[in-house]
Amino acid sequence: MPIWEPGKECISRDELRQIQLEQLQSTLNRVHRNVAFYRRRFKEIGFRPEDDLTEIQDLERLPFTTSQDISNSYPYEMFAVPLREVVRVHSSSGSTTNPRVVGYTRQDLRTWSNLVARILSAAGVVQDDVVQVTYGYGLLTGGLGIHYGAERIGASVLPTSVGRTERQIKIMQDFRTTVLVCTPTYALVVADRIEAMGLEAKNLSLKYCICAGEPWTEEMRKEIETRLFVQATDNYGISEVLGPGIAGECLEKTGMHLQEDHLYAEIIDPKTLQVLGPGQQGELVITTLTKEAFPVIRYRTGDLCGIIDGPCSCGRTMRRISRIVGRCDEVVVIKGINIFPGRIGEILEQIKGERPEFQLVAVRRGYEDRLEIRVEVTEQLFYDKMREQRALVDHMCKKIANFIGITPKIKLVEKGSLQREGGKVKPFIDRRLVKE
Amino acid sequence: MLTLKSIHTYYGAIHALKGVSLHVRQGEIVTLVGANGAGKSTLVNTICGMAKPARGRVEFRGEPIEGLAPENIVRKGIALVPEGRQIFSTMSVEANLLMGGFIHRNNQRQIRDDMDRLYDRFPILRDRYRQLAGTLSGGEQQMLAISRALMSRPQLLILDEPSMGLAPLVIREIFAIIRELKEEGRTILLIEQNARAALKIADRGYVLEIGKVVLQGEGKELLEHREVKRAYLGKGAKQIWEA
Repeated sequence: MPIWEPGKECISRDELRQIQLEQLQSTLNRVHRNVAFYRRRFKEIGFRPEDDLTEIQDLERLPFTTSQDISNSYPYEMFAVPLREVVRVHSSSGSTTNPRVVGYTRQDLRTWSNLVARILSAAGVVQDDVVQVTYGYGLLTGGLGIHYGAERIGASVLPTSVGRTERQIKIMQDFRTTVLVCTPTYALVVADRIEAMGLEAKNLSLKYCICAGEPWTEEMRKEIETRLFVQATDNYGISEVLGPGIAGECLEKTGMHLQEDHLYAEIIDPKTLQVLGPGQQGELVITTLTKEAFPVIRYRTGDLCGIIDGPCSCGRTMRRISRIVGRCDEVVVIKGINIFPGRIGEILEQIKGERPEFQLVAVRRGYEDRLEIRVEVTEQLFYDKMREQRALVDHMCKKIANFIGITPKIKLVEKGSLQREGGKVKPFIDRRLVKE
Repeated sequence: MLTLKSIHTYYGAIHALKGVSLHVRQGEIVTLVGANGAGKSTLVNTICGMAKPARGRVEFRGEPIEGLAPENIVRKGIALVPEGRQIFSTMSVEANLLMGGFIHRNNQRQIRDDMDRLYDRFPILRDRYRQLAGTLSGGEQQMLAISRALMSRPQLLILDEPSMGLAPLVIREIFAIIRELKEEGRTILLIEQNARAALKIADRGYVLEIGKVVLQGEGKELLEHREVKRAYLGKGAKQIWEA
């Protein structure tokens, strides 16, 4: 398969290290000059980028940036350029108090589409392909991110966005889609629906299925590949860092190549915050090296994975990350949307003035991920009339759906029945990868 | 080919270079853009051995060269066309070229051949080979300075402000020469006040600001970059507080 930028994706590790050092220095010089948040952070530990960054490893002296830091800077506080240089703004799902807002300069957009073009090429996309993008087009980065990358390659892009599966399938059939970009569970929803509609996937033109947005497994990959007659690859993106385009699998399917000439990745132990070596699993921490409008320094992604060192037979020299195995904070990712248990608690509290004990459970029904919220009944939440009880649950459902964008299923459970850990209710249980 | 890692150089008491890293690959033109006092000349002096870095490394073709004497750095294959040309004005054109080939003085034949080639390239120098270099025009002097540097058969050519003090038409000619040198596959580090012209022919560029690199990228990317335009290309884009 062609490599989008062979001169860059296959450079020697030595040269890469030099480029990373140069870019890291100018990034730190810029954030030190332009972003009050980082200037303050650096000052607190007496770090002067020009004096104290001699080797890339010196970066390890700097504190981490968390999603909370970015929320606190809502909306523009952490931008490193004046707003007039920003040509695009994206934002995370508004599931915390403040969404995390990121901006892009013209140059950032060029970089971004180029990086997405790299991962799409790695996954098999060429100019002749017809690419159907089923991610949401909106404030989230998924849809537009993939869109611009596919256009950069010169493929024909179908921005069908989310939902309406039958229409998606009709388009897939009539427009002769060759590449489906979707979440892994949606690929299987599509496969189911194709069967239900009495169609056969092998009669479609699909060749590749490019998946991201939620945790998935090798078994799911096999299932997607055999049922849709495609090659399925994994890729990784996170809005705070860039969006899609951070890492993506080549057709060797042995881990996602990181775009190391634009990002510096570390794996840390989320408890001790120590940097871990290659092969060890921990939280992925990313520093952007070329982003202008919204650079991040040591951003804790909350995603758990490991770095795979060593060459890949595709020829790329960029190291790989393993599949994302889960989250290390309490964030629940369902259908690409980050859900913070604390926020759900606040919404529940608003309804009756007290915060009930509750637990989020992610479940996979067939191929669809759903959010279940189990709430322990209290006197306030208890009605002896069935109808009133129903109305309350419906009301909760609606309020939460309004905030997070997906409709949960709410189950009232007996007091004290939720699984506890050290006396506290576990805020989240992921049952998606559990065979039931 | 040339790699600088976190270089710190003092110019007297002034911390002129603060952790500068950059690299030049074989066959590339890389340019440094920066205002007066940004540290461009200190950087050239550091590479060429005229200033000693307090910290950091300079590697040329994999070998450390920081701290070497200037003449040894020339022997390693780096030649400088200095700012203000610095030709030996009381010597003849030919003597200037001979000085440039000093490190090959035991190989008279090579020197003769190289000199002939340069005369073919710049016939005006052949016409005036016995004339004192100081009597040449500015553009001719620049041609002489470039030729003198090429006499050492360098692997890397550093051009420090080649357009300085020249008339616009002559500048165009000098840039045409630089473009030709690039087409021959030469590796060039170009330091230039005229950022637009430099970025146009450069593969990559670094923007230096008070001793620090704050921006880098491909020449044409930087040419389009708002910050570069505003600060170095003088193109009407106002700062936000001026709007």
